[in-house]
Amino acid sequence: MVVLPVSRGREGAGGLTGMWRIKRPVVDSSKCTKCHLCWLFCPEGVVRRGSKGEVWIVYEFCKGCGICAEVCAAHAIKMVREV
Amino acid sequence: MVGHQGITETFTLKSLTDEEYLLPGNAACPGCAAVMAMRIGLKALGPRTVLIVPACCMSVAQGHYPKTPSKVPVFNTAFAASAATASGIRAALEMKGITDVYVVCWAGDGGTADIGIQSLSGAAERGDDLIYICYDNEAYMNTGTQRSSSTSEGARTTTTITGKAERKKDVPGIMMAHRIPYVATACASYPLDFANKLRRAVSIKGTRYIHLLSPCPPGWRYPSEKTVEVGRLAVETGAWILYEWTGGRCRLTGPSSGLADRSRRRPLEEYLRIQGRFSEADPSKIEAMKKRIDEEWEMILELCKG
Repeated sequence: MVVLPVSRGREGAGGLTGMWRIKRPVVDSSKCTKCHLCWLFCPEGVVRRGSKGEVWIVYEFCKGCGICAEVCAAHAIKMVREV
Repeated sequence: MVGHQGITETFTLKSLTDEEYLLPGNAACPGCAAVMAMRIGLKALGPRTVLIVPACCMSVAQGHYPKTPSKVPVFNTAFAASAATASGIRAALEMKGITDVYVVCWAGDGGTADIGIQSLSGAAERGDDLIYICYDNEAYMNTGTQRSSSTSEGARTTTTITGKAERKKDVPGIMMAHRIPYVATACASYPLDFANKLRRAVSIKGTRYIHLLSPCPPGWRYPSEKTVEVGRLAVETGAWILYEWTGGRCRLTGPSSGLADRSRRRPLEEYLRIQGRFSEADPSKIEAMKKRIDEEWEMILELCKG
């Protein structure tokens, strides 16, 4: 077997980074104005936007940095303690 | 031809692609502005991009073999050699007849202002067709916050425990002195400004340089959710000036275009107080920093006059 020093693009190259999280962002869709600033600023790319403009979060890899809650002008994202 | 891939439109929140080229689950710290900007940068550049990464936070953020978060090819190279490697990759692509690929260096401030400056200067002098992006988190962050020549004056690092005495090296100024076709500054807190500067950069041939201010939560000592706010404060207080320089002409961009008048800038203290790294800066030091910022502005405004 030939082992090449080549990595392939995969999710979770740093492990299940969702385990790092102390607080989780929770989206209140009734308050969301669909401005997508959370999508734009999420460093991790775990905020996803759907065809109707709705947003949701992939918790498997969300590190819980809290930027989405901070940039949300409508205060539709709350940071909730994990434990 | 506008760009190798024909990027012509101005990027807006809607027109940025939903395709992720920097995949979730990388090893960067929570709230990392460098990763935030790289995600947007790769969206703007598209899949036909080769990244060259010297030793920096971004080589750590790539995680563990055999995985990498990047969907585009990444070449991890030696600290001093990012621009030289890019020149070589461009030459190899030309030999193979491949012309529709962007060769992009993504280096930290240590790999640009200190260790990699000779290879960057060499590539700029040769006019090699590459885009060099320096994400400037103002210290050697992945080794634990040691001072670099790009660390701002007054900032505390583990090697300048009472605050750095010297002023920040003006790398965009050095690149302008090379008379390359495109030099710009950007800030991770203004991703669309950055994406549109990349759009302009790819429409030009030759060496193009973008200096991106990238706030760092552990190194600058602020909570991770404040990354965007810290970057915005850097621009709104005038401590960081957003401009682009093409063909001898300089133009202020984004919020900086309205801040030429000093009275319209927010007080510098707002930017300093939000970060722990300026805790050693006393009022006399802050006055000295304000003077330096005014000098920077004078120089840029002089360039803008043409």
